[in-house]
Amino acid sequence: MYAQMIKSEASKDDPEKLAEFQAKIDADIKVEPRDWMPEGYRKTLIRQIGQHAHSEIVGQLPEGNWITRAPTLERKMILLAKVQDEAGHGLYLYAAAETLGVSRDELTEMLLDGRMKYSSIFNYPTLNWADIGAVGWLVDGAAIMNQVPLQRTSYGPYSRAMIRICKEESFHQRQGYDIMMKMAQGTEAQKKMAQDALNRLWYPSLMMFGPSDAESVHSTQNMAWKIKMNTNDELRQKFVDQTVPQAEYLGLTIPDENLKWNEDKGGYDYSDPDWTEFFNVLKGNGPCNTDRLEARNKAWDDGAWVRDGLMAHAEKKRAAKTAAE
Amino acid sequence: MSKEWPLWEIFIRGQHGLSHRHVGSLHAPDAEMAIKNARDVYTRRNEGVSIWVVEANNISASSPSEKGPLYEPSESKVYRHPTFFDIPDEVGHM
Repeated sequence: MYAQMIKSEASKDDPEKLAEFQAKIDADIKVEPRDWMPEGYRKTLIRQIGQHAHSEIVGQLPEGNWITRAPTLERKMILLAKVQDEAGHGLYLYAAAETLGVSRDELTEMLLDGRMKYSSIFNYPTLNWADIGAVGWLVDGAAIMNQVPLQRTSYGPYSRAMIRICKEESFHQRQGYDIMMKMAQGTEAQKKMAQDALNRLWYPSLMMFGPSDAESVHSTQNMAWKIKMNTNDELRQKFVDQTVPQAEYLGLTIPDENLKWNEDKGGYDYSDPDWTEFFNVLKGNGPCNTDRLEARNKAWDDGAWVRDGLMAHAEKKRAAKTAAE
Repeated sequence: MSKEWPLWEIFIRGQHGLSHRHVGSLHAPDAEMAIKNARDVYTRRNEGVSIWVVEANNISASSPSEKGPLYEPSESKVYRHPTFFDIPDEVGHM
């Protein structure tokens, strides 16, 4: 979700060990850091968990954009707490990725120089206050849709991180929906802002589930290894079915003329997002890609002396303590 | 000079918890910062009242491949599990 277009790796490992590993996966036994695992499994997970972590970190930027401009003190405090939660989620996920033998600084450097991705959604701007509501409602809603099944993913540390994160994401979604309710039941101008936010964020939210199953070449291996539990289209359909009634309750319109209840499949028919746009955003050509990476790079570079200073101080203290003993 | 902050493992004892439980890990330059960050990250919603931090490289773990020999004795030594003694009813609860 927050991890899109994850390439899976073919394994060149010993077939006997591979079969043993697959049997363990099939028996729903969690894989733990010190267990044997195929190189492809390890690499795919580093990519997926790393990208998920990066998304939490970059995802602080579009919301952080409105902290100083939140319309009431209560909303400002809620938003601050939420952005703090996202930082914590990034931390849990980096820690899970590190159990696979990669360091957090290495992952960070790969994000900063564009070798690793983060979710396409965070390359869209937050243009009005209602966007903060829509991000909570739709973006966190889509994230939950994907992360709830990931609580059962085969790699233990990832699954445990997801359990912690899902609890907090559901607070965020409710907070977002609450903003949307206030806006949708408010003045004409507020309602217009809410509709505008939904119009702009609807398709980017659908894109969060990744390309359609027909094009998602990496799904099969990832599903066999139970890194991924559902296909992109399954989750997208579930998200649409859950979200449409929520929009109706708000009295807002989903910006899709083809949206229609389909009695036979027991779900909505809907239009796919513009996949050309999706691949463009992933390639780095979305509305905010450059800004987001610049902001992260600037924070990393400008903060270097602080990180080094803290480390030097810690070493000095350690040396003084040893000398005193 | 650029060095990566070391990794710390975090253990928290809950409000009514009897023991510290491992909750996760984080990077910090020293123990004091590790405790501060653990407070912010892992006890934001009343998760606990006591924090231990341990630098990860101070922890040694058992190896998964030793699972068999390491834990087998607890299964095969039936005399360690006093569940099969017959206590006469007349004796009452014991």
